Amino acid sequence: MKKVNLSRRGFLKATGLAGSGLVLGFHWTGCTPDGTPAEIAKVVLEPNAYIKILSDGMVTLMSPVPEIGQGIKTAIPMIVAEELDVSWDQVKVEQAPLAPDLYIRQAAGGSQAIRQLWTSVRTAGAAGRRMLMEAAAREWQVPMEELTTNEGVIHHEKSNQSVTYGDIATKAADIEVPEEVELKDPKDFKIIGTSPKNVDVYDIVKGNPLFGMDMKKEGAVIAMITHPPAFGMRPKSVDDSAARAIPGIKDVFTITAFPADIDTPWTGNNAFPELVVVTGENTWNVMKAKKALKIEWETVTPGENTADHISKMEEQINAPLTEPDRIDGDPDAAFKKADKIIERTYSAPFLPHNTMEPMNFYANVTGDKVEFEGPTQTPQRLRDTTAKIFGIPEENIKVNMLRAGGGFGRRLYGHYGVEAAQISKKIGAPVKLIYTREDDMTQGTYRPDYRVKYKAGIDAEGNLIALTVIGTGTSGGPVVPNRFPAGAVDNYAAKNYSLDSNITTGAWRAPRSNFIAGAEQSFLDEVAEACGKDPMDFRLELFERSKTDPVGEKNDYDPDRFITLLKMTKEKCDWDNVPSGVSRGLSAYYCHNSYIAQIVDVEMRDGKPMLQKAWCGVDCGIVINKDGAINQVEGGILDGIGHAMYGNITFNNGVIDQQNFDKYRLIRFEEAPEAIETFFVDNGIDPTGLGEPAMPPIPGALANALYRATGKRLYHQPYIFELEDKDIDLG
Amino acid sequence: MATISLTVNKKTYKIEAEDDTPLLWALRENLGLTGTKYGCGVAQCGSCTVLVNGVATRSCVMPAKSFGDAEIITIEGLAENGGEALQDAWIEHDTPQCGYCQAGQIMSAAGLLKANPNPTDKEIDQAMNGNICRCGSYVRIKAAIKTAIKNGGVS
Repeated sequence: MKKVNLSRRGFLKATGLAGSGLVLGFHWTGCTPDGTPAEIAKVVLEPNAYIKILSDGMVTLMSPVPEIGQGIKTAIPMIVAEELDVSWDQVKVEQAPLAPDLYIRQAAGGSQAIRQLWTSVRTAGAAGRRMLMEAAAREWQVPMEELTTNEGVIHHEKSNQSVTYGDIATKAADIEVPEEVELKDPKDFKIIGTSPKNVDVYDIVKGNPLFGMDMKKEGAVIAMITHPPAFGMRPKSVDDSAARAIPGIKDVFTITAFPADIDTPWTGNNAFPELVVVTGENTWNVMKAKKALKIEWETVTPGENTADHISKMEEQINAPLTEPDRIDGDPDAAFKKADKIIERTYSAPFLPHNTMEPMNFYANVTGDKVEFEGPTQTPQRLRDTTAKIFGIPEENIKVNMLRAGGGFGRRLYGHYGVEAAQISKKIGAPVKLIYTREDDMTQGTYRPDYRVKYKAGIDAEGNLIALTVIGTGTSGGPVVPNRFPAGAVDNYAAKNYSLDSNITTGAWRAPRSNFIAGAEQSFLDEVAEACGKDPMDFRLELFERSKTDPVGEKNDYDPDRFITLLKMTKEKCDWDNVPSGVSRGLSAYYCHNSYIAQIVDVEMRDGKPMLQKAWCGVDCGIVINKDGAINQVEGGILDGIGHAMYGNITFNNGVIDQQNFDKYRLIRFEEAPEAIETFFVDNGIDPTGLGEPAMPPIPGALANALYRATGKRLYHQPYIFELEDKDIDLG
Repeated sequence: MATISLTVNKKTYKIEAEDDTPLLWALRENLGLTGTKYGCGVAQCGSCTVLVNGVATRSCVMPAKSFGDAEIITIEGLAENGGEALQDAWIEHDTPQCGYCQAGQIMSAAGLLKANPNPTDKEIDQAMNGNICRCGSYVRIKAAIKTAIKNGGVS
């Protein structure tokens, strides 16, 4: 058992409602066939902001983090329920609104929620349990140490007494929040490590309203925006006569959602602060009016082209390596001594996030107050930015988070929420702002386009003696200097450049890693081959080197965890016995605090490579929701394969060529691997996240498998062009 | 504005909407049936799939008025109209991640199983290729379809 001192945990003290003695609310648990409530269960105790104990023995657990498909709305309450010691069947889950005073880090990003909330939400659950036990001890006049709990019931064995949490909660209102609680020993976990279903799965499959797009708010006007057709432009004048003639249209106007003199990082990451707005009674009419607008645009900065980006990036990565971000040994001298030199360039285009639910948000501005509701990964940033722009107190702004139809980083950038608020303020009515697919796909906030050059020096004995990597990308390069293979190569250098552009980029599932992992792991596969080594043995050898005799001061990974994971993966996929007709590729990467090893098996059928099976070894420490974790891994694998294979945004004179799914190719059903097998290292280490880590390495495993199947090394995404011997489409 | 008659989930409605209003927006905004989703508006992603006389059909492009007295089933009416095993299988496999596309996925699967109660893997692939899932749940969708077939399919 682990003791946690609560005196440093202000969030629990601040929310301890014990002592109020009040009935805090009502919870309707069901209805009889004639529609009258079968039972009204009262909330009898809120030990802290995560837990509501109901009189009927049920508990409502609040989920503070936005749910974007990563399963956090199930996982966080599982952790609270574990320490509270209730059964999962007793739990109902509610999404908490933004409340920074009550909750820690209400954001979905960087795969950090589980890692950063782990101890605090365990503590919240344990504190609730402890308060109920104290109430029972006082009631029965027995020492609290003699009490045990199980599935929401407190027992005292000596006196043979039992009481449910619901019953004792009525007598716990004046119990103080404990100063110290004991957390369970992980070996006693009953809920953590199991596989309860996603708490919203029933509503999802029944089509019940859950998403921002589905919400109908009293008096809300539908609004849509039109942003410039090219990056670098802004609206000059609007002829709205045809648009206004469409029935149901209320208004057409131009807004500046983000004033130039106010700094709004993240939320205001937006190439189009000025927008043309149409409002009306229903979505279809507004869509039609939007098409009927005749807008004159003016150029502020020149429109860019895909080909120019590529040539500028080529120039950067081919310049002599000076002022590296990291250097170990003397790579130049080592290259001179090398028996073989391999130099390869890898690249990838811009990618849009393409969440299936387009951007949308509800805002209602009344005086100096704002009410928001919708899908966001960063509700607090939306609140703070809006407060800044409107010059109103943060506490005047409420944000309700709704289940998001995908996030992938796109909804870290809440400009659409601010836009909704600006529109609401302008028209003096509540607004539901909806983006069309085209608005969304051409808005920017893309995964940067990247280019990277690797160079390896191999000695006569087949040892990797030098490795350099130089990379660049729009608004920041992809190289992470202190990650593997740093630490495993005597002579190593890494350098990042950045390309300026008027096309906005943003965090896209596993920023930088989503490209560099595939490039690095493809390159190491080629290096292993040049060294005459098995790709698995080659990687293990490098990790062993990094473990026993690390090069350099700071290496941002644990080689031991990599070694364990690779050995496990080697055994699970029976690495040394690849079935005949199967070509196998390996990749391994560490990012966002979790370790992943992946295998792709490809089979040639009728001259076409088919993805037969993918394997995924995961070390994310303790696994909270096992099937939920597997689902994230499967999603990451399909996402990585799909985008590496087909994803491509090109642009000419600032105009994006792909505006909808007719031209933008996402992975389709038949292109998925036939099977995916996921397994976890069981090491009891505190948990880390899985929203991102399973995506980055898979393009490497895919490229390495396809090389063995077809003889073609793949360097430039989307791989489909190289695979089919076509020129990369530059638009 | 026109008065359009629609038969949805075995009920007949009369709605007032523009002549060219696609079925999707009539369902969502005139009838309040928001289970059918907008994803692309150009019949490329399948989020808006409904059954029209038992056939999986994109609702985002065709005007509502063109459906005449055709029997339209949406995700909200699927359980009462022979699709419960399919929805149960989706839950059993905990198929969704974000969940936004899943109504369309389920309706496409319902259309497949109505026409072909025992599809081959290839036939499943072909029937489901028109539905995009950005979260990458295709492997689970396939497994759920197979489970649903074992548990009685779609009637």
